[in-house]
Amino acid sequence: MSLANALTADTDLDLWLAQQTDKSLLRFLTCGSVDDGKSTLIGRLLYDSQLILDDQLASLKKESRNRTTGDEGIDFSLLVDGLAAEREQGITIDVAYRFFSTDKRKFIVADTPGHEQYTRNMATGASNADLALVLIDARKGVLTQTRRHSFILSLIGVKHVVAVINKIDLVDYDQAVYDRIVADYRAFAEPLGFKTLATVPVSALRGDNMLAQSPHTPWYQGAALVPYLEGIDTAEDRSAQPMRFPVQWVNRPNLDFRGFSGTVASGQVALGDEVLISASRKPAVVSRIVTMDGDLDRAVAGQAVTLVLDREVDVSRGDVLAHSGKTPEFSNQFQARIVWMSEESAFPGRSYLLKLGSQIVPATITDLKFRTNVNTLEHTAATKVDLNEVATVTIATDKPIAFDPYASNALTGGFILIDRISNATLGAGTIEFGLRRAQNLTYQAFDVNRDVRSAMKGQAPQIIWFTGLSGSGKSSVANLLEKRLTAEGRHAYILDGDNVRHGLNKDLGFTEAARVENIRRVAEVAKLMADAGLIVLVSFISPFVNERRLAREIAGDIRFVEVYVDTPIEVCEARDPKGLYARARAGEIKNFTGIDSPFEAPEHPELVLHGAGHEPAVLADELHGWLKI
Amino acid sequence: MTQDHLTHLRTLEAESIEILREVAASFERPVMMYSIGKDSSVLLHLARKAFYPSKIPFPLLHVNTTWKFREMIAFRDRMAEEYGFDLITHTNADGVRDNINPFDHGSSRYTDIMKTAALRQALNAGQYDAAIGGARRDEEKSRAKERIFSHRNAQHAWDPKNQRPELWRVFNTRLNPGESMRVFPLSNWTELDIWTYIYSEGIPIVPLYFAARRPVVERLGTLIMVDDDRMPLLTGETPHDELVRFRTLGCYPLTGAMRSSAASLPEIIMEMQASRTSEREGRLIDSDQVGSMEKKKQEGYF
Repeated sequence: MSLANALTADTDLDLWLAQQTDKSLLRFLTCGSVDDGKSTLIGRLLYDSQLILDDQLASLKKESRNRTTGDEGIDFSLLVDGLAAEREQGITIDVAYRFFSTDKRKFIVADTPGHEQYTRNMATGASNADLALVLIDARKGVLTQTRRHSFILSLIGVKHVVAVINKIDLVDYDQAVYDRIVADYRAFAEPLGFKTLATVPVSALRGDNMLAQSPHTPWYQGAALVPYLEGIDTAEDRSAQPMRFPVQWVNRPNLDFRGFSGTVASGQVALGDEVLISASRKPAVVSRIVTMDGDLDRAVAGQAVTLVLDREVDVSRGDVLAHSGKTPEFSNQFQARIVWMSEESAFPGRSYLLKLGSQIVPATITDLKFRTNVNTLEHTAATKVDLNEVATVTIATDKPIAFDPYASNALTGGFILIDRISNATLGAGTIEFGLRRAQNLTYQAFDVNRDVRSAMKGQAPQIIWFTGLSGSGKSSVANLLEKRLTAEGRHAYILDGDNVRHGLNKDLGFTEAARVENIRRVAEVAKLMADAGLIVLVSFISPFVNERRLAREIAGDIRFVEVYVDTPIEVCEARDPKGLYARARAGEIKNFTGIDSPFEAPEHPELVLHGAGHEPAVLADELHGWLKI
Repeated sequence: MTQDHLTHLRTLEAESIEILREVAASFERPVMMYSIGKDSSVLLHLARKAFYPSKIPFPLLHVNTTWKFREMIAFRDRMAEEYGFDLITHTNADGVRDNINPFDHGSSRYTDIMKTAALRQALNAGQYDAAIGGARRDEEKSRAKERIFSHRNAQHAWDPKNQRPELWRVFNTRLNPGESMRVFPLSNWTELDIWTYIYSEGIPIVPLYFAARRPVVERLGTLIMVDDDRMPLLTGETPHDELVRFRTLGCYPLTGAMRSSAASLPEIIMEMQASRTSEREGRLIDSDQVGSMEKKKQEGYF
């Protein structure tokens, strides 16, 4: 038995090819643990659509001995078992994509295995799915996990759900069992607001109600699973919505042509339409819809085109074009639900980069309203959001952006949050509604602290403490590092003998007590500066182990990097940039480190730079690479 | 266009165009890998559509191992001339100096040096921050789980354990210094999609895909085309003409031909639907060791 693509010598090739070209595409997601028979279901779909190749099939039949098999003598779950093997290697496969097609439709399946990171994986897989299959084991009924999956589907806005009551053969095709599970599931899922919710009793292993209605379930009058998936219309929504055209790229081949390239996110745009530009609120009329295949009269949701407007207006990447009277919200504050996807928790007050469509702006979580328990749907108060947790928050962006509530438009209402330092994707969010100025944010919701200030600067504050003999190259390296950091947009500051001894510490001499006080004050200043979010470079001979230990203790939980610039005294003395060694040798300076006062080399510095034979620029590069700022 | 719903090929086309535009808008120095094969031909076609009426705003890079079929090189140069794109070619000069070839050094070492290392050299030399490739998720198991925008560290290595979540079509294109992105606009296409798209759009492809009489020898069960006189013949081997074609194209000594009479696109598609063996079977690289593709990818191979 096979689904599709069957070609024989008699096939009308042109007709067949036309069919291949004209198929529609359905993307769906499968939810359910391994025990629910998800692998078997996917394996069965791949097998039935002839995607299992001859060589694979032979080895499959061999492997299937001693396992639970259907009438074909095959354990279908083996077809997707690559995942299990990969799990053993410790690789987290969050989403794998599989492809099959029937005579009527092409399908892309997002397969999201794994229990631990399920929320994150499901959210990722669901974000591009038109429909979801929720597998339920007929012997077990609706479980906590079934509820969790369904909630996440509603959170990400999957509008079409099929509850697949699997292993119906193992309950003797009992209608009562099926009816009870369906009633349970509907009671839970209907408030979640799915647009369509179908249920079907199947045995993926035996093929019941997969391709055609099974003789074993005469009491079931609905469509079998595959015909249902072939027939369901999920695409209608987007073309009927208000038009959104996010500008992705300004197309400017020469002075005579200026077009705006992008994909119609929703609705349709026609020649002669008046559109409004989100940022400037200026109107313009669409004068051409350009594609390489020729100009169009109109473009619908999903089409990638280039629009030409009838007048010179300011439009750039990130702008959204819409029809007047049906424009997106344009604001810098909104309420959203976020799914956190990073080991590093989310905190109110922290600054992130927010990307929505082609817009990218700095943004701050201004208030964490509550966390939602994904198993019970209960709301609880929280001060942070951890990996795989879902929370409702308010967000403020540094400048206004165009958006829609996610429920009305996923492509203009869904965003990601990016770490400003590592550039990792930390979480995803769906906008619930915009907030007006009147409903303004309470910035008191968080304390301004070092985390907040460092996030604003987009850097990790720290103290880099250079120690070494006079003339060893400390200041040269620190200067070069400061220049490099500044060029990278970091905020750094150098504390050295010159700018401290002449001001803050001009009351101090060179007695031992004065030297300790000198270091103590410098360490305190460095700590304050780091607390303000700066990267502080301290360049002091600091010859004594105890002083440096004191500086490290003062720094507390601020990152403290002790860099020993290890240059032999002969080299330093030969350099003698300020003529100090000569004066010390002449007895003009007393207690000079290396001459008549000791230098206690650090035993465990974070990094040693060898100052002899290396240019300061090379050492600065080495240090920069090591610091990973 | 009267219907409101796009067919699956139009949907795939539009999504790929969106991805290509996102690369052009987000990166400073993008480059598109051009392998001259059918997937590259589709990618080139999509890039022309994405930026029309502008020219493709980034160069195309061909890593030439010096062992490509001669017809591929001729086709490449013809395409560059016809469409006016900026073509960069790179060959690993060290490998040429050491005369690295697939016969004396084995396919694994040869591929490491002339393909993987050469690619790294070219990407480093160009300081490219994004490299667009034609890989598809249906090709191979390790690709099924790779992102469309796939992050690479400063050594060009892929870390499958640490992929960025990719939601909707919001792509995180941000990089730290030294890092780069591999971008796969054809991720959601299948082999059949590629062929039907080539057919419906009339995209030019290298004639080697069509059956013709070509000089071959049979070696370890694989038909190898003798494309030039550099190929050392074993005792008892005499090239003979057979009606063959290629399902994938690469270096001629490593690319198996298949006996076929399919001389047109519909015939190719029909044969493909009937043949039921996997596409990469004709590539000798993959069978060197189990999980070899994943390993190569972690090392920076496309």
